[in-house]
Amino acid sequence: MKDWPEIFDVAIVGGGNAALCAAITAAEAGATVLILESAPPVYRGGNSRHTRNFRCMHAEPLSVLTGSYAEDEYFDDLLLVTKGQTDEHLARLVIRSSEECLPWMEARGVRFQPSLSGTLSLSRTNAFFLGGGKALVNAYYNRATDLGVRVAYEAEVTHVHREGDSVTHLEARIAKQPATISARAFVLASGGFQADLDWLARAWGPAAKNFLIRGTPYNRGVVLRDMLDQGAESVGDPTQCHAVAIDGRAPQFDGGIVTRLDCVPFSVVVNREGDRFYDEGEDVWPKRYAIWGRLVAAQPDQVGYSVIDSKAIDLFMPSVFPPVKADTVAELGAKLGIDGAALDRTVSAFNAACQPGTFHPTTLDGLRTHGLNVPKTNWARPIDTPPFYGYQLRPGVTFTYLGLKVTDAAQVQTEGGLLQNVWAAGEIMAGSILGQGYLAGFGMTIGTVFGRIAGREAAAHVA
Amino acid sequence: MSLDTFADSTPVDPTAEARRQIEICNACRYCEGFCSVFPAMTRQKAFADGDITQLANLCHNCRGCYYSCQYTAPHEFALNLPAALAEVRQESWERLIHPTAFARKFQTNGLAIAGLLVAALTAFFWILAVLRPMMGNGFYAYLGHNAMVAIFVPAFLAPLAVIGLGLRTYWREVGGGRIRLSHLQSALSQAGRMRNLSGGQGQGCNFEQGDRYSDRRRIAHQAVMWGFLLCFASTASGTLMHYVLGWQAPYPMWSLPKLLGVPGGLLMVTGCAALIWLKLRADPALGAARVWGGEMAFVVLLGAVAATGLALYAVTGTGVVGPMLALHLASVLTLFLLMPYSKMVHGFFRLAALLAEAGKPPPAGGGA
Repeated sequence: MKDWPEIFDVAIVGGGNAALCAAITAAEAGATVLILESAPPVYRGGNSRHTRNFRCMHAEPLSVLTGSYAEDEYFDDLLLVTKGQTDEHLARLVIRSSEECLPWMEARGVRFQPSLSGTLSLSRTNAFFLGGGKALVNAYYNRATDLGVRVAYEAEVTHVHREGDSVTHLEARIAKQPATISARAFVLASGGFQADLDWLARAWGPAAKNFLIRGTPYNRGVVLRDMLDQGAESVGDPTQCHAVAIDGRAPQFDGGIVTRLDCVPFSVVVNREGDRFYDEGEDVWPKRYAIWGRLVAAQPDQVGYSVIDSKAIDLFMPSVFPPVKADTVAELGAKLGIDGAALDRTVSAFNAACQPGTFHPTTLDGLRTHGLNVPKTNWARPIDTPPFYGYQLRPGVTFTYLGLKVTDAAQVQTEGGLLQNVWAAGEIMAGSILGQGYLAGFGMTIGTVFGRIAGREAAAHVA
Repeated sequence: MSLDTFADSTPVDPTAEARRQIEICNACRYCEGFCSVFPAMTRQKAFADGDITQLANLCHNCRGCYYSCQYTAPHEFALNLPAALAEVRQESWERLIHPTAFARKFQTNGLAIAGLLVAALTAFFWILAVLRPMMGNGFYAYLGHNAMVAIFVPAFLAPLAVIGLGLRTYWREVGGGRIRLSHLQSALSQAGRMRNLSGGQGQGCNFEQGDRYSDRRRIAHQAVMWGFLLCFASTASGTLMHYVLGWQAPYPMWSLPKLLGVPGGLLMVTGCAALIWLKLRADPALGAARVWGGEMAFVVLLGAVAATGLALYAVTGTGVVGPMLALHLASVLTLFLLMPYSKMVHGFFRLAALLAEAGKPPPAGGGA
C-alpha cells in the first residue's frame, strides 16, 4: 500500500452498491478514489451481494421492465408500506432519479434479466440482476478498478476524525494494521448496524437474541455510532428495520435469499402456544412478506410455525431446508416442538371456519374464514390432506433504519449545521425514506441514487 | 434440525454433492438467465439420480453461476456448482461408456493418451515399412487405399458403436422421451451457436479472467467444432469422389476435399491453441480437477491431428511425406480410438442432454 497517494480526493467507507456507485461517479469526474471495504474480497459488497433487483420508475418499457411505472404509483406503493413514515422530498427524488439509473447501470456492466420464475408479478416494477447482486457488485468493482479506483479490503474504519464542520481523516485497521487515511472528501456508505447483536439488543431488548441476520456480518454500524457520538443528526427509530420471517434453521448471518419462505399465504401460522396471531392471507405475498419479521418478533420467544398440507406444498418456491413432515397435525406439532393438541385444536377451528369457494393461488381469491377472532381473508382452505408440513419461522433482519440525516445532496447534517466534506449513501441513510416497512428492490434504488449523488458532490467539492 | 446437513465432513459421492448444491440453487434462482441448467431445475423440488446426470450434462461449465454466487466457500453452504456438475458429468461418462476401465484411464490421464499415440506411431512406421505398395499416387504411394480403409473404417465405427450404447443407457437413465424433429432442431441450433457458453446475453462466460465475462472460450470452441466438422466433411467428400466419381487422391487445391479441409484444419489448429492458452489461465478448481491432464492432452491431440494434416499437404512431393503421413495417421487413429474414452465424448452427451431438455415441457417456474 506504499504506492498510495498521501491524500485521496475521495475516501469511501463501505464497499457495497452505494459505495461503488459513489466511487465510479467520483472517479469518472476525475477524482482519485479509495474504497475502504471491511470484508475480505470473497465477502465484498455488503448486503448488495445478496440482493436481486432494483425498483425502477419508467414511462414506457425499459430494458427488461414491462409496461410503465409512474412516479405517483411508485410513491403510493411506498406510502402504503411506510404508513407515511417517509420524507416525501427525498423519496420522490429517489423515485424520479431511478429511471436514469437503469441505463447508467447497464453502461457500467450491470446486466439485467427478466423477472425470475416464482418471483410473482414484479416484471413491471423490478429489474432483476443477471446472476443477482454479487454479479452487480463484481461488475462495479471491475468498472471502478478500470477507472483507477483503489480498493482496500479488510479495512475497518474505526473513527471519523472531525474538526469543526469538516472531516480531516479516518482511522482504520487495514488487514489488522492501524492506518490513517487522509482525503479531501468522504462518503459514508457502510450500511446499518444490524450485525452488532448487542446494539440490536439495546434497541429491542432480549428478544434480539433470537433474530437472524440475513445479510453480511460486516455491517456493525461502527461508523454510524461514531458519527452519532460526534453530533451527526439521526433519522429513524433503532427498532425499525427491514425484517422478514425466514426459516428458523437459517445460519446466524449471511443466509440470504434462500432462507425465505413463501408458504405463509397458503398456511396457518401459529405461535409457540399454538395460537394464530395474524391474517396470513391479508394480501399477495410481495406486499406482505416484509411485515412478518416484526409479527414473529412480537410473539413469545420470537418464533412462529407455518403449517400447510399436501395441497399447498407445490404452490411456492422450494425451501432450502426440507419441511418437517407428519401424517397428522398433532404429530406435526410435536415434531415442530410445540403442543400438538393445541395445534390440532387451532387447525380444526380454522378448518371449520373455512367457506366453500374457488381457490386461486396467484390472485386475491376472497376465500376467507368466518367467525374467527383472527380471520384469514384470502386463500383460506382447510388444512386436511396429509401429509402435513411445517416450517419454523424466525425474524430475519436485512438492515436497520436508524441512520444519518442527509440533505437532498446527500450531505451529512449535524446539530451545528452541514458537514462541509461528508456525504452519506445507502442503508446508512435509508431511514430518511424508509421510516418503517419495506418495498422490494427499494434499498438498491436508494443506494444507487444517493451513491451517485454523493460521488458527484464529493468530486465537485475537490475539483 | 440444524445445519449439520451441510456440515457433514465425510466424503460424499458426486451425485449426492451435486444434489445438495442444486437444492440450494433451486431455492435461490438468481442464475436463471445464464444457461439451460437453472430453468431446467425449476421443474421439480426433488431430484432423482437421473435428473442430476441430465443437469450435469446440460452444464457447459461457463462458470457464470460460480462467480455470481453469494454462497461460495467460505460460506457454510460452500457452493461450487460448476465443479460439482463437472464431477457428475465426468463420472457419468466413465460409468456409461464401456469398458469403464478404459474411460477412467484415458479421461484422467494425459500420459496414457500420449502413450497410445506413441504406440500408434510405432505401428504406422512399421506398417509403412512393411506394406509399402508397389504403385500409387500421393500418399497412396506410401500406404495403399485398401490398407487405409481396412484400418480406419473399423477404428472409426467401433468407437461410435461404443458411444451409441452409452448414449442409449444415458437416454433411459435421464428419462428421455420420443425425439421429434423440433427437438433436434432446438438441440442442434443451441450447439451450433454454443448458446450455453454465451452467458445468456452474448457477453460470454467466466473462464480465463475470473469474474469478468469473456467470449474467447466460446469463439475458440466454435473454431475447433466447426473446423472439425469441415475436416470431417472434407474426408466425406473425398470418400464420395473416390467411390462415386472414381476420382482418386491426391486432390488439387480447388477441389472439395481441399476447400473444406484446409480452412477446417486452420480453424482447428487456431482454436486448439486458443483453448490451451485459456485452459492454462482458468481456475482448475471450477471443473473436474482430476481430469485436467486428460482434457489438456485431448486438446493437444486434436490440434495435432489438424496440424499434421496441414503439414502433410504442405510437404507434398518432398521426402518427408512418409514420416509425416505416419504422424498424421497415428494421431487420427488415436483420436478415433479415444472418441468414447476422452473429452471427445462430451460432444455426444452434451447433444443428448440438449435433445432430452428440448423434449421436456417448458420450465413452468416455481409456482405463485
